[in-house]
Amino acid sequence: MSNNKKNWPLWEIFVRSKNGLEHRHFGSLHAADAEMALENARDVYTRRNEGVSIWVVESKNITASNPEQNGELFEPAQDKVYRHPTFYDLPDEVKHM
Amino acid sequence: MSEKEIKNSGAERSRSLEEIFEARIARDEKIEPKDWMPEKYRQTHIRQMSQHAHSEIIGMLPEGNWITRAPSLRRKAALLAKVQDEAGHGLYLYSACETLGISRDELYEQLHSGKAKYSSIFNYPTITWADIGAIGWLVDGAAIINQVPLCNTSFGPYARAMVRVCKEESFHQRQGYEIMLTLCRGTEEQKAMAQDALNRWWWPSLMMLGPTDAESIHTEQSMKWKLKRKSNDELRQQFIDQTVPQADILGLTIPDPDLKWNEETGHYDFGEIDWDEFWQVVKGHGPCNKERLGARVDAWNNGKWVRDAAMAYAEKNEKRKVAKAS
Repeated sequence: MSNNKKNWPLWEIFVRSKNGLEHRHFGSLHAADAEMALENARDVYTRRNEGVSIWVVESKNITASNPEQNGELFEPAQDKVYRHPTFYDLPDEVKHM
Repeated sequence: MSEKEIKNSGAERSRSLEEIFEARIARDEKIEPKDWMPEKYRQTHIRQMSQHAHSEIIGMLPEGNWITRAPSLRRKAALLAKVQDEAGHGLYLYSACETLGISRDELYEQLHSGKAKYSSIFNYPTITWADIGAIGWLVDGAAIINQVPLCNTSFGPYARAMVRVCKEESFHQRQGYEIMLTLCRGTEEQKAMAQDALNRWWWPSLMMLGPTDAESIHTEQSMKWKLKRKSNDELRQQFIDQTVPQADILGLTIPDPDLKWNEETGHYDFGEIDWDEFWQVVKGHGPCNKERLGARVDAWNNGKWVRDAAMAYAEKNEKRKVAKAS
């Protein structure tokens, strides 16, 4: 058993600081399973009441975009200024719109 | 294209990538783990962040020495919380470091084999309770001065970890100073104990801020990458200037006969630091180097069966879940 060693996998930790706010990525940690990841996350990331809810996701299950392809990925939004309210000309008499 | 031409254009391409990269940092943009970065940037960050993480982990040992003998429940609770914070700081930093593509196992291996360094200050012994006060006041005080500028460093995961660390660190310094204050307002013996701790921790705390600028080999590159905002000597001066008045409030004497206020510069002048001692400790010949690393390696080895058992349990549960579902 000693030769075929298995390390605890890496987990990403998301914490909701208070109700009404979204869960936010806080960092990561190693744990044997999801339950232990939750308990470790409590001790590592919420020692001072920083949270009311914790999500843990095994890091290998996250698919991330590649920054080298940011051009192709985000380019389609760049020339669509008409998606912003300031694109439209309105007379000054129209207030609050 | 000849082979040589291809090679040249490859080098040109990486040079321009590097120029774009340096320009991003100069504009105060953050670098995230999946972004392109020069290999030297990656290696330097792995070295500095892991050294920092190792220091937090080894730093638990000198203080852990006094948890069972803290003089009151209040002090014991505070010390436990502080040592737990150091563990937390180590974990934030290790996981930030892992985003650069090195595994936790490799990082531990580097610490345990002696390949990686940790802050030399933790190789000094904690022989009285006053040492716990002096560590909080001086060692954490020096650490804060070192760490605050890192909240703005260029590598995103490091900067984020440091914001969290710095928020938690100020309690550490305050609890240490309170211990010193209580001893200094106590009996003659207690005050003498506080003075003795200051005598032993003062010079190592100054050394903790790193070799003088002339000797510091990494400073220039680190400044460019915002891994450093001020030089070691500037940080040291800042530490001395802020700490001397705090010693005055305690009624303690800084163990440096050459220390005096310089009206002209607006800073304290101070005596020669014994750099031989610093390098001896860095090279492994400090009073506790063997003991610290030994304790760390023992803890890791003796915990192996627990880690293996937890993994075996997790795998068994996973199999059970799969069997139930099918």
